[in-house]
Amino acid sequence: MNPHTPHPTPDTPLHELLRDSLDHCVKCTICETACPVSNVTPLFPGPKYAGPQAERYRDPAAPSVDSSVDYCSGCGICTMVCPQGVKIAELNAHARERLKNEKGVPLRDKVIARPTVLGRIGTPVAPLANLSLRLRPFRILAEKVIGVHRDAALPKFAGRSFRAWAKKHKSPPAQRRVVYFHNCGTQYYEPDVGEKVVAVLEHNGFQVDIPLKQNCCGLPLQSNGLFDDARKYVLRQARLFAPYVRDGAVVVGNATSCTLMLKREAREILELEDDPDLKLVSENTYDICELLLDLHDRGEFKTDFKPLEESVAYHAPCQQQGHWMGKPALDLLALVPGLRVHEMDAYCCGIAGTYGLKVEKYDIGMRAGEDLFRQVADSGAASVACDSETCRWQIEHATHRPSVHPIEILHRAYGL
Amino acid sequence: MRYDVVVIGAGVAGLAAGARLAEKGARVCVVAKGVGSTHLAPGTIDVLGYDGDGRVESPSSALPAFVSRHPQHPYALVGADSVGPALEWFAGCVESGPKAGYRYVGSLERNTLLPTAVGAARPSALVPTTMAGGDLTDAAPICVAGFRVLRDFHPALCAANLARAGHEARSLELEIDTGRVEENALGMARHFDDSGFRGRFAALVSSQLKAGERLGLPAVLGVRDPQGVLTDLEQRLGRPVFEIPTLPPSAPGLRVYDVLKAALRAAGGRLVIGAEVAGSTRDGARVTSVSARASGRDHVYEARWVVLATGGVASGAIELDSDWLARENALGLPLSGAPTEGSARFDPDYFAEQPLNRMGVTVDSSLIAEGTENVLVAGASLPGAISWREGSGEGISLSTGYAAAKTVLEREGATAAA
Repeated sequence: MNPHTPHPTPDTPLHELLRDSLDHCVKCTICETACPVSNVTPLFPGPKYAGPQAERYRDPAAPSVDSSVDYCSGCGICTMVCPQGVKIAELNAHARERLKNEKGVPLRDKVIARPTVLGRIGTPVAPLANLSLRLRPFRILAEKVIGVHRDAALPKFAGRSFRAWAKKHKSPPAQRRVVYFHNCGTQYYEPDVGEKVVAVLEHNGFQVDIPLKQNCCGLPLQSNGLFDDARKYVLRQARLFAPYVRDGAVVVGNATSCTLMLKREAREILELEDDPDLKLVSENTYDICELLLDLHDRGEFKTDFKPLEESVAYHAPCQQQGHWMGKPALDLLALVPGLRVHEMDAYCCGIAGTYGLKVEKYDIGMRAGEDLFRQVADSGAASVACDSETCRWQIEHATHRPSVHPIEILHRAYGL
Repeated sequence: MRYDVVVIGAGVAGLAAGARLAEKGARVCVVAKGVGSTHLAPGTIDVLGYDGDGRVESPSSALPAFVSRHPQHPYALVGADSVGPALEWFAGCVESGPKAGYRYVGSLERNTLLPTAVGAARPSALVPTTMAGGDLTDAAPICVAGFRVLRDFHPALCAANLARAGHEARSLELEIDTGRVEENALGMARHFDDSGFRGRFAALVSSQLKAGERLGLPAVLGVRDPQGVLTDLEQRLGRPVFEIPTLPPSAPGLRVYDVLKAALRAAGGRLVIGAEVAGSTRDGARVTSVSARASGRDHVYEARWVVLATGGVASGAIELDSDWLARENALGLPLSGAPTEGSARFDPDYFAEQPLNRMGVTVDSSLIAEGTENVLVAGASLPGAISWREGSGEGISLSTGYAAAKTVLEREGATAAA
């Protein structure tokens, strides 16, 4: 393209806004220092090239030109570290959506992007499903047929759902009210984490409402380029939670990826900036650790912890870091007497939701996480605390150490 | 959230102020829009390289005259003798930091002259151990080696200019397979963290080096364990090896960030990256809180003290628009040194003294911003310096960050005593 040709007309006003941010790029390379993917593979040329540089050459009227953007994991670290406010990850998410829809979204991506569908199928037949997922021949077949890497960390179906428990649970009425967004991981794979979240909240004087019609927030659909479906899912969540917020509750979740979708990604990446329900929910959604640390800063958090004489590594997932709020889990864990917490200094574990499951990306994901895995080993900690379930599965797979949500540790220290 | 001090900016000045305060027991949060300029800087601590009369041999001898000639300079505000303690404190952070054995050497008494990527001599007060072998007052011949895959560093250019200045220098360009057609300096540094790669490198280069030569490389001697990488290479090659700073991203700069961040965190300070400060509340002349962009909504950080260390015009923290309106973007503080309406904003000669270069937040002699009681300013947000010409960037950032911390501690101590 002749550099003097005016920019092609962008698709939408929000895209235009994102695009405006690229003029702030001063090519300082700070995003490149942090990108977990381009640091380990040349298949992705890095956020600076694929983002602000390539964006100038993307013409909505012409075919997508940069297939490498499919190798961006969408972790969002580039946007966070950029000192000039360039919306690098968001521009790349748009470019990836165009690319994938032009080339056709593979069946694999449509399947793994629907955790609720998978959960509903797997839960009733959990023993069989879990066995199959651990059988080598089945995994090899799955790799060949749908392209999920044979070694990728897949969770175990719990065989029961969180909502089955929630249906019977009655939260004592209280002044402080939250509505619990439990996410798909809790619903189908880790219902005990959800139960502990509720217990910790109730111990701190919250009334916890749990709407039973919850579904996926749409994040995996969005990161796999299925924007239309993602919009339907996230708006369904917004419609469900908005009335609770209007009634004085705040939304709280324990999966930092899913809460980030509600807080920011749906509005920015899916261009749902103006939906009133989503806006309200977005502004009133809290990560569980964020909520509890706020409580502590007000002097209202219960610290009746019994000592835990153990050592734990803490990793903040990329999408936790995308909340742009620091690492509240660390400050909460520091309140537990006896507990020795090692902060891991890493941007990403490499799984990035569904990225590291894919046969062509599994090795990249494992290498992207190497820095973290090495730090975990060096720390000598027996377990790893981490706020996102897919990251926990990846960390367990790579480090052979149990990985838990920080709330599970607080729950144990409270002796609940 | 309530803090004793909220520091805005995560460059050298902000992290130094934050780490120092946290170390002294203050409840500190460092909030920054993004990662700071550490990653772009060469990683040396330059205090005063040029004072207007030419190259400075000894910063400690030159500073008193320099500050009396430039009464508005940040060094004049904090005092010439306040630089030393700040540098000592920084060197201590490095020594007790996360990179085993990695240290800063040198002193304020004598600038160390190190080669730049284009083979010029650069005066620095403190230099990391990985660069110390490049001291140009040492007569040992230099072989500058580069990598074809690292296009940001040209060994022939560096060696030719060193030779022109009278140093015995020659160059080598090495072909080493990294699996990529192109690398940046940080990518190369990550390869050097791997001992297998170092073995391959040593095997390739050792037969091409002459007896008595020291080996200069672009600054790629590892990120994780630079001292380990240096020691290993010197053992394998049987000669001094040193780094020459090159284009960003800078591995030695990243180490500075890692060191200061670790000092902050180890002392219990919080760090929030990605959060642009976009508002504040005041009670008279006191800034009582700042609010920063976060996902979903702005987060409010209440503070007794605020340290502004967001940088100057180059970082975008201070702007001058087409109507000559100058703005400090985080807190809207009054500025000095801005070009007056109708006057030139730029000089057509790039290397001339650019009129907007001296802009900065107006402060009193305690670094307290004009119109406030509790906002301190540090680093490149201060007016009165042209750090790239003076060779003074890190010295200003460390000494003003350290001085800002000192002021807070003294005033808080006075409050507590009262």
